[in-house]
Order: sequence, then structure tokens, then C-alpha cells
Amino acid sequence: MKINRNTIILLGIRLFFLGLLVTPLIIRHFSTAGKRPSASDPREFAFRQFGFYLRDVAEEAGIHFVHQSPRLDPKLNHILPQIASMGASVSVVDYDRDGWNDLYFTSSRYGARNALYRNLGDGTFRDVAGEVGLADVNRPGTGVSMGAVWGDYDNDGYEDLFLYKWGRPELFHNDGGTGFTRVTEAAGFPAWVNANTAIWLDYNSDGNLDLFLGGYYPARFDLWHLKTTRIMPESFEYARNGGRNYLFENQGDGTFRDVTEQAGLSGTRWTLAAGAADLRGTGYPDLFVANDYGVDEYYLNEKGQHFLEAGAETNIGFAPKSGMNVSFGDVSNRGTFGIYVTNITENGVLMQGNNFWVPDDGNAHLRFANLAGQMGISLGGWSYGAQFGDLNNDGATDLYVANGFISARKGTSYWYDYSKVTGGNTAIISDANNWPDMRGRSQSGYQQNRIWLNDGTGRFQEVADLVGGTQRLDSRSVAMVDLRNRGVLDIVVANQNNRPLVYKNQVVSENHWIDFNLEGTRSNRSAIGAIVTVKWAGGVHSQVVSGGIGYCSQNQRRLHFGLGTASQVDQAVIRWPSGSVQTLDHPDPDTIHSVTESP
Amino acid sequence: MSDTSSSDAHDQKPPVEGKTSSWLHRLDTRYAPPVLITLILLAGHLSFGILESYKTILLTIGTSVLTELLLGRIVLGKWRNLSSAYITGISVSILIRSPMYWPYIVCAMISIASKYALRYRGRHTWNPSNFGVSWMLFTAPFSVAGLSIQWGNDLWPMLVIWLLGLFIVWRANRLHITVTYVVSFIVFSLLRSAITGDLFWAEVAPLTGPMYQLFVFFMITDPPTTVGTRKGRMLVAFFIAFVEFVLRLNQFIYAPFYALFLVGSVAKFLELRRNARPVETASAGA
Repeated sequence: MKINRNTIILLGIRLFFLGLLVTPLIIRHFSTAGKRPSASDPREFAFRQFGFYLRDVAEEAGIHFVHQSPRLDPKLNHILPQIASMGASVSVVDYDRDGWNDLYFTSSRYGARNALYRNLGDGTFRDVAGEVGLADVNRPGTGVSMGAVWGDYDNDGYEDLFLYKWGRPELFHNDGGTGFTRVTEAAGFPAWVNANTAIWLDYNSDGNLDLFLGGYYPARFDLWHLKTTRIMPESFEYARNGGRNYLFENQGDGTFRDVTEQAGLSGTRWTLAAGAADLRGTGYPDLFVANDYGVDEYYLNEKGQHFLEAGAETNIGFAPKSGMNVSFGDVSNRGTFGIYVTNITENGVLMQGNNFWVPDDGNAHLRFANLAGQMGISLGGWSYGAQFGDLNNDGATDLYVANGFISARKGTSYWYDYSKVTGGNTAIISDANNWPDMRGRSQSGYQQNRIWLNDGTGRFQEVADLVGGTQRLDSRSVAMVDLRNRGVLDIVVANQNNRPLVYKNQVVSENHWIDFNLEGTRSNRSAIGAIVTVKWAGGVHSQVVSGGIGYCSQNQRRLHFGLGTASQVDQAVIRWPSGSVQTLDHPDPDTIHSVTESP
Repeated sequence: MSDTSSSDAHDQKPPVEGKTSSWLHRLDTRYAPPVLITLILLAGHLSFGILESYKTILLTIGTSVLTELLLGRIVLGKWRNLSSAYITGISVSILIRSPMYWPYIVCAMISIASKYALRYRGRHTWNPSNFGVSWMLFTAPFSVAGLSIQWGNDLWPMLVIWLLGLFIVWRANRLHITVTYVVSFIVFSLLRSAITGDLFWAEVAPLTGPMYQLFVFFMITDPPTTVGTRKGRMLVAFFIAFVEFVLRLNQFIYAPFYALFLVGSVAKFLELRRNARPVETASAGA
């Protein structure tokens, strides 16, 4: 009898154990079972199910740009694909104030030309970079482009260009929309910075745009003429041996003063992205910095005097990952911003997951919780740029995430060798010479970008396969932009070593929208830092005018709000960087509103 | 090491060898491993913040302890010593990474349940956390990866942990296992370097990382799942390194876990079979 009882218990335990063993397989089965188009026309299916469909129109739009990766010191040739894996960027500007959004793409090889595609207003573009003096900027000895941000630093009404490089940072003054003059020397920037991010912000709210510049490799390295191979991060997740960051204060006379030290921003982590917004309602923009090989940093702006780093206190700087993007999104229509940071996810190898930091409710102290997993926007890939935007105008902010590191030989992977070295001691990991030869292998290559659709309750569904977003390029920089002034957000994606994707977005017609073009008077003229809050039947939604956001990118300056089927807007409230507040009652929907700050 | 995450050892008297007058020898070796792993955890977290969140470690420890209590009560009819479940919980929370919670729960439950479900002649043959972690890495790569936090890659924390770990495995009369494995790993690294053409430092690099610190001190030295003789244990450690060598040549990132999974259980099975003797089914401690 006792034996029988033991046998039954053992059988029960083994059945229980078997159930546990198959649990991962069952979860996998259900997590991959999703909706697939049942209609023969995928566009019809996408319209019906999701309200929009994307189509790559780069060729027919006349955008033939192809990014070229850097060629560096031969001592790095064995791992060149991973060292030279950045530099494809896109930023949006209306440089000639004709009311149509133009596109600026960077290339990253000596001799390669950057491109400024002027929007001709009929769905086509023409590269005018050569004519206006913004093409030949990758000259040998000056470094190569990594990204560009537009801002009207002298408040003359025309957007100027700051070009950051692995090399000499450059400032170009916009001469009334007809050409650009290089004013780098007069501006007073350093001779060499290996930078991978820059953003315009008015950190002291004095009406002049300042500039944050984030270093990646230390500035002492000329990556074309290396004296040492000890240029790599000292740790995969705790590195502080990257390039230094800078804050340049605009003096209002065309010059900039390095105020990094006094502002408390002199970090030397491996910075890849930054974003600025008034996240606490103080009237001054806080600064969020995403770092590769380490924790991210959250700098609280102390009344425009200096910044206090509060990453650890706010829970943001707790777990080190591979931060590559910063973007702000009000995904729950509550009038508050969450912060989206991309990292690395590679099945079975590295499960960092992307972060979406949302401020804790009811907490007197500023604390954030990472809700990316709960919202379904955690598992991207080797993610770079990400942008929020209402892609179907249903009133809920969606999310586009760029993926893919190195697409080389198919069916190969460098991950094993990569993980071998990155787990090692500082003396091993920090010397490029110790890194195994890549031998043409891929690493997290051929990944599809993510398009996460917000269901309005803060839950996202991945729909890239179903709405036309199936391309698998090594995507880097993403920008949301209305290219045809239709009240629709199109998407432009810059891809490493490849052509860009220019998605024309077709949206169901029953949804409404409202847009705002802002121009500061007391505030900086670009209105960078202004926050617009729209109140309508669908909720309360806020957006901020940014001077560069995402990864090496800049969206259109105009703010776009989807309204769903609501045909009336109750109110739009504009908080200008100067501190003034402007209210528009019942602004017309389906209209681009141009608003100038009240004097 | 005197124990890792197996509980058989906790139900036995700890081995006492040699002079017992020293205060060191009066230490109950059952508690050295939980103390060491707690110290490693605290040191790692306070210096580098290795815990991605407190929730996951509380989840894995809680799940392990609860599973141990329930299964111990059901199978053995008694409440078990919980220090091994505690170690399993910590090991799981350190060794796997996931942005979701379910893998931590399932891995902790699989680890503990393996001790009760997979038995031969009354003994379990797999190191529990090795079994759980290997299984999750193999079957759930869409949600789970191995340890990625690197303890800063600094020399000093690495040396402190190695010295502390070596001291405790020496105290537990398991130093020969760790040394055999480490020496074998280094020799095979040289061999791999010659075969692949990669630098020796690249091949030996993993040994300097935190995953191996847990592996050489907490997994391969586990008494209930190691063989009985000193020579046998050294031979098994060598074979683990050898199988890992083969797996590494085939680019298995988690080669050490899989090598222990394969070699350790086979060795224990063979020993139990060779030393066949009556053992009460399911009574010698799960």
C-alpha cells in the first residue's frame, strides 16, 4: 500500500515536472500565433484592421541617396563592420520656409556626399545639397558625418544646421533659405569630437538655442590614424571611458561657450542619444541621455543654472543596458510623457529589452517604472532609432522602432565571439586587437523594424508585417514627417550602408487630425521646448517640440495630433519655453495651425 | 564547493576532514555556500547594481522556497532545509535574463522539481539550477538569455570573488574540482586559439566573467551531483571542460551549462549504477 502511494506521488511529480518542461514551448506557441491577413489584398486588410498602410516610395519620390559606412584605420579591419556601424541619419527641416518638409541625409565615408532633398510639393524631391553647400562635408582629415540637427540659433527665422561627426563638428548658417555659410570657427566648437548625438535645447530659457553634444569614442582618437588599438569600452555594461559630453551655451552673437563643467554634464559614458523636455513642469527642460555600455542618465534642470544627475534616484539609472535612443511619448493620453529607450534584444543571447519609463503616479518623489514589458514594446531587436506618432490618426500614439546591426553573410553570426570577449576582463575587452575577426559574419542582421500600434489603453500590437513594413535593412535613424501636408505622418528611415526607406502612409479617411506650427518670439524662434496639449473627446494629449529626438534624427518641427472620429477639439494649450501660456479654444480640426507666441 | 543548489547534501552531515580544532573547521559547511552567494550578490549589486530589479530575485527565491517546501512535504513527508532552495533562487535570478517574469518562475520551479522528478537509485543526478537554466536557454530563447551583467569587468572585484570562492571550495574539500576545471579550460583555450586563429586572450576571456565565477564555485562542485572519489571528480571536471571545448568550437554561447548538463548527469548515473546498492526510494532526501 505504501509502495503504491509512493508510486502515485512519484507519477504525479513527474507529470507536474513534464508540464513545467513544456511550459516554455506552449508559451512560445501562443505568443507567435497572431492575426494574419485573410484577405487577398493586404492593403485592404490593413485598412480594415489597423486604419493605415505603408508603401515605400523612395524611388518614385526621386530619393536615390545611399549611405556609405566609414573606412577606418586598417588596425580595425578585422572588426570594421561593427566599429563602422553608425552614421546613417535623417533629419527633417523646412529650410526654405516654403511650407513643405525637406529631408537631410548624412553619409559617413570620406568623399561621400550628404544630401538635402527639397520637397517639391508634388510628392517628389530634388537633392540640392550641392547647390546650398551642405553636400561636401566629409572631406579627408575632417571626419565623417554621424548626424545633423536643425535649429534657428540666431532667431532669424531660418533653420540652421549643426552637423556632428566623428571629427570636426560643423555649424552652417542658413542664409535666408537660399544657401548656407559655414560658421564653425566663429562659433567656437572644439576641433574634434567623436560624437553620435546632438540636440538643440534652450536650457536656461533665455530665448537662444543652446546645444548638447554627446561623445562616443574619446576625442583623442582619430579613428583613421590610430596609435593604439585600446579604443574599445572598458566594460560591456559599466564603461566610463567613452567620449566626453558637451553643453554649449548660445551667447546670442553667433558664438557658443562651453559650460559643460558648471552645468554638471561632463560625463564620459558612451553616449548615443539625448532628448530634452520639461518633464516636471518646472519651466526648464530636463535632459535624458542614453548611453551604450552602461546606465542611462537623467539630468534634472535646476532653473537653468545647472543639472543634477538623478538616474539612480529615479530608478532610470539602475540596470545597465545599451541605450541607443531617447523619445518622449504620451501613450496613455494623460498629458504626461514617458521616455522610450532602445537596447539590444537577441533571442537566446541578450535579452536587455527596450525601456519605457513612465512616472509613478502619486509619488511625491520623481520615480519612474519601466512598463515596456507590460505594454508589449520591450522586445525589439538590435534596436536603434524609435519615434512616437499617431500613424492612423485614431487618437493614440503609436511607435516605430528601427532594428538591425550588421547584415553581412546570411546564415552566419558573430554573436558567439562577441559574447566571448564582452564577458571578459577590462584588459581584454578594451583592446580591439583581442576581438576575433568578424570574417564577413552577420550580427543581429536582417531584422525587421517594429511598428507597434497603440490600442488606446496603453497596450501595443506589433503590425509591421501587416501594414507594409517588411523590409529588413540595418535601420538606424527614424523620422516622422508629413511629406505631403495631408495631415498624415509618413515615416523616413535611414539605413546603414543602404538606401533610405521613405514610407508614404495611407490612412483611413474617417479619422480627424490637427497640426500646429509654432514660432517663438520671446522664446527661441524654433519654439524648441514648447509643449502643446490638446484636449478633445478622446482625452488629453501632449507633445513637445524637439530640437532632435530619437537616434541621430529629428522629426518635423510641426506637431501632429490624431483625433480619431472626433470632429471637434475643445482646447489647445501651448506652454512656451519662455513660460508664457497660450490657449486656443475650439481650434479647427483637419487644419495646420500656425501659431506665433504672444509678445 | 560543499553545496550549491542541491538539497541532498543538506540532509546529510557535512563532511569533516582533518583537524577539527580550528575555528574554520567548526564552520558548518552547509551555510558557507548560501553565505557566499549572498555576499557575491550583495557585493555585485552594491558595487554594480547587478540585480535588474528586486522583483525578480524575490520572485525566484520565493518560487524556489515554496516549491521545495511543497514537494518536500508531499514526497518526503517533511519540511526541508531551505538553504539549497535559497541558492537555487539566487542562481536562477542571476544566471538568466528576461524582460518578463514568467521565465524566472518557471525556471525556479523546474530547477527544484528536477530534484524530485529525475532520480536514479534515490538520488538526483542533475545539478538543479544547471538543469533549470540549461532547459530555459534551450527551449525559451525567445524570452530568455544568459547572464549579461559583467561586474564591471574590473580586476579587483574579480580577484576578490575568486579568492573568496577558492577559499570556500578549499574548505569544502572541493578545490581539486575547481582547479582541474580551470586548468583544463585554459589548456583547451590554447587549443581553441590554435584551431580558430583567434587570440588566446579572446578564448580565455569568458573565464574572467561572472558567469564562470558562479559556474566553477557553485555548479560543478555540487556534492550530490558529483561522483564519490577524488580522482573521479577530477576526471569529470576534465570531461566537462572537454565537452565545453567541443561545444565552443561549434559556437554554443552557453557551452559550460550544456557541458555540465551532459557530463555531470552521465557521470553520476554511471557511478550510481556501478555502486548499485539498496537505497530507499525517495527517502534519502530529494
